[in-house]
Amino acid sequence: MKTSFTVNGTPCSLDLDPRVTLLDALRDHLDLTGSKKGCDHGQCGACTVLVDGRRINACLSLAVMHDGDQITTVEGLSENGRSPLQSAFVRHDGMQCGYCTPGQLCSATAVMSEIADGWPSHVSDTLAGPYAMTREELAERMSGNICRCSCYPGINAAILEIAEEDVGYAEAAE
Amino acid sequence: MRPFDYQRPETLSGAHVAARDGATFIAGGTNLIDLMKLEVMAPDTLVDISRLGLDQINTHEEGLHVGATVTNSDLAADMRVRQAYPVLARALLAGASGQLRNKATTGGNLLQRTRCPYFYDTDTPCNKRSPGSGCAALGGEMRNHAVLGTSDHCVALHPSDMAVALRALDAKVEVEDSDGTRRAIALDEFYRLPGDRPDQETTLNAGDLITGAILPAPFGGRQTYRKVRDRASYAFALVSVAAMVRMDNGRISNVALAFGGVGTRPWRDRDVENLLIGEAPSQKLFDTAGDILMKDAVLYDGLEFKDTLVRRLLTATLTELTQ
Ligand SMILES: Cc1cc2nc3c(=O)[nH]c(=O)nc-3n(C[C@H](O)[C@H](O)[C@H](O)COP(=O)(O)OP(=O)(O)OC[C@H]3O[C@@H](n4cnc5c(N)ncnc54)[C@H](O)[C@@H]3O)c2cc1C
Ligand code: SF4
Ligand code: FES
Ligand code: FES
Repeated sequence: MKTSFTVNGTPCSLDLDPRVTLLDALRDHLDLTGSKKGCDHGQCGACTVLVDGRRINACLSLAVMHDGDQITTVEGLSENGRSPLQSAFVRHDGMQCGYCTPGQLCSATAVMSEIADGWPSHVSDTLAGPYAMTREELAERMSGNICRCSCYPGINAAILEIAEEDVGYAEAAE
Repeated sequence: MRPFDYQRPETLSGAHVAARDGATFIAGGTNLIDLMKLEVMAPDTLVDISRLGLDQINTHEEGLHVGATVTNSDLAADMRVRQAYPVLARALLAGASGQLRNKATTGGNLLQRTRCPYFYDTDTPCNKRSPGSGCAALGGEMRNHAVLGTSDHCVALHPSDMAVALRALDAKVEVEDSDGTRRAIALDEFYRLPGDRPDQETTLNAGDLITGAILPAPFGGRQTYRKVRDRASYAFALVSVAAMVRMDNGRISNVALAFGGVGTRPWRDRDVENLLIGEAPSQKLFDTAGDILMKDAVLYDGLEFKDTLVRRLLTATLTELTQ
């Protein structure tokens, strides 16, 4: 089945069996192997990509359902792999094996815009907003990304640093 | 995954035509694709309903109308929901992960299948997956299973958080049949008990498309959703409660309580509510409410903890809301 979408700004046209997931289309048909397959069942977040700016699990989505969509993978977060967030991950040792990292980076990018858009979370005291990137909010909002190496201290430090720079939430971030 | 035909209609009537010969609708796909990978579900035709324009939240004569493909994220972020239906926003935010909520839809969440591990394991008997084959959970490991509404044929939980809140809110499911005729089904009538046909989970007919959910304006008072789980986030409920309580002159004047993690469907027991209405809050009252709630509970080995847990959750929640 003919399917067209834009990946990291580049238009792509593919002829796919409808069974192909978005994750397999990216990895096996477009050679964008940054997005990882951890569980293939929505349980780990390694496959997280942004679709029209929103994070989703690419393993639980059929590629043919994304006709016309704008998709961003870890390869598209920056030109040289050194966005402020990516550099902060390196500085804070936010990885060991690195398998979860692409998903963590995509997810964290989306979390920052969800907070900026005033989306509440399970741990928010009030539903009225606005919200800041506290340690508690970060842990809850990033819970869909599991790190088997348990690099959470480094991951959290990197995201908090960038969130503080971005929105000046220094105080709220404890 | 078995091969299937994929269709993406752009109109409601087009969706009915595409589904004419028996098809499975796909919305967010977060439950269906998971089950198709394991071949627990193997539809011949998938009809993608994500582009039918059912993604709107509108005010409605009864309260709010939520389109079937509104995502769980958008519903939880909607200011009208956050202000008037906090129990629903809280239930949604307690479910799954940020990524999953961005795809999960209102209709798909209502119709998500159980997380009974034997249902997922095609090497074991399961009456829900293959009717008449038996139930591997009975006599097997039980933890993520129901204690209320069970039968000798199935003890599977309904796993949704959202549906628990909708049941407390007296929501209705809006459905369009294959002729395009619409009807509304009260949530009280929407889910079936397993009985001897656990594969028949709802009162929907073949070809019925959920078009939305209707949320009546809630009675005033306070609302909350509390969920107890094995880890702090990204886990299904061991036990949960959606609660709305209104107090007048120190007495409970209205209350709605629905429970997750205990029933074969989102659980609500009017006897519990009738006991509480008109009474002043006390530990003794809450204990009696727990006795009524659990009077028909069947506690198989491994599920005894749910009895204690749900009673404590009931007390904690009512204490919080009546203070
Ligand atoms: C790792 C993980 C953790 C999760 N944790 C939680 C949790 O804590 N709490 C919770 O409540 N849920 C949880 N979920 C489940 C999640 O909420 C559901 O997968 C989601 O709500 C399903 O919605 P969907 O739109 O993706 O449905 P789909 O997968 O598209 O469809 C599900 C079913 O509904 C049918 N369907 C969908 N829309 C319609 C319609 N409009 N009319 C008729 N039929 C329709 C489909 O045919 C299919 O049978 C979790 C899921 C995963 C993978
Ligand atoms: S409890 Fe229900 S879903 Fe689980 S194995 Fe038994 S029949 Fe299947
Ligand atoms: S690979 Fe998609 S969530 Fe694990
Ligand atoms: S760095 Fe190894 S899984 Fe996270």
